[in-house]
Amino acid sequence: MTNPLRSEGDAFRFLLGTVVYFALIAIAGVINAWAGLVVFIVLSVAVVWWWWRSREPPAPVQASVVRGGPEGERRILVVANETVGGEPLLQQVKQLASQGTTRVLVVSPALNTRLRALASDEDPARAQAQERLDRSLAELERNGVQASGEVGDGDPLQAIEDALRTFGADEIVISTHPEGRSNWLERGVVSSARERYAVPIHHVVVDLGDRS
Amino acid sequence: MAAVDHAAHPPVANQSSRVDARTLGMFLFIASEIMLFGSFFTIYFFVRVSAGTPWPTPPNQLPVFVAGMNTIILVTSSFTMHWALQSIKRGNRSGLKAGLVLTFLLGTTFLLTQLLEYSRIGFTPHTDAFGSVFFGLTGLHGAHVFVGLTLLAAATIRAFRGHYTEESHHGVEIPGIYWHFVDVMWIVVYTTVYIL
Repeated sequence: MTNPLRSEGDAFRFLLGTVVYFALIAIAGVINAWAGLVVFIVLSVAVVWWWWRSREPPAPVQASVVRGGPEGERRILVVANETVGGEPLLQQVKQLASQGTTRVLVVSPALNTRLRALASDEDPARAQAQERLDRSLAELERNGVQASGEVGDGDPLQAIEDALRTFGADEIVISTHPEGRSNWLERGVVSSARERYAVPIHHVVVDLGDRS
Repeated sequence: MAAVDHAAHPPVANQSSRVDARTLGMFLFIASEIMLFGSFFTIYFFVRVSAGTPWPTPPNQLPVFVAGMNTIILVTSSFTMHWALQSIKRGNRSGLKAGLVLTFLLGTTFLLTQLLEYSRIGFTPHTDAFGSVFFGLTGLHGAHVFVGLTLLAAATIRAFRGHYTEESHHGVEIPGIYWHFVDVMWIVVYTTVYIL
């Protein structure tokens, strides 16, 4: 959930809006009680409509990514959750990591229910994400890939943004379930990431039902 | 799986990048305050609308003009508060100090004027339900103004002692958020209790 009031400036603008809202209602109410009621309803509907519109996410802006690490080193950011231990993902990472000096960071978003997120009950989600991450890192190590990992925000786009601030990737690998079973694909996570970040983004589909 | 050692220190807190934890804390506190005010407004609407109590009960009268002047004073104090914060964000320490001092003085003026009106108003919380609700709502708000003034006093003293920089000014920003909340609540109280 994005807090619409994030700073003193937001609170100040909210105050100005409140002054205008109540001033118009009071003026109309003093002139005529029914006029006050009408103004109250119209303004309230307008405020709800504006709030509803503002909930729509803004058009994504392609942001450049600050490149980190020493010259010649490639940095690969892997974002995956339930599919984090999937074979296609491991192969893709292994292939990318085999091309020169590379550093791999695996981010496992702590997926959580909306209710638990609102209640700040994040510990179980983070513990599960950490468990998956540990398994994945161990699997990568068995395949000869040295990688570090961290648990990220429950929103995968936010988790990518957070990781890019500290890691600065050259390439991003996003792993999802197949179309139709993937919540991330339904939400357009991969396409949004491609629109937002000016680095190559690889999409790997991992079908956990197909382990033959 | 890697073992996690919690013996030496507690686990690292998860820090979301969206809202600063201290600012978020203030907003959550304000959310609880809105619920507190909501309970008082519920009593107000019950007494005035459901119970049909005349508002104000004759022969009592509310000091609408003086309270209106007080409203202007309080809204002005939000502008000076905002100015103080914008000043320190631009590295203008004089603006910060002047803004905080003005905000404190305006807030004090509001509170003293309200106390003066209480002494002259001609009814008490014991008079009837109207009196109880009036003093309950305005008194609750006055208590919040007092808390806000305490926070402002601390911020002002710190500003004069050379605290706060362009990058670090949470000690001004967070009282500022609280102060704007106090203003918003007064506008609601003034409109519903005094005007409508």
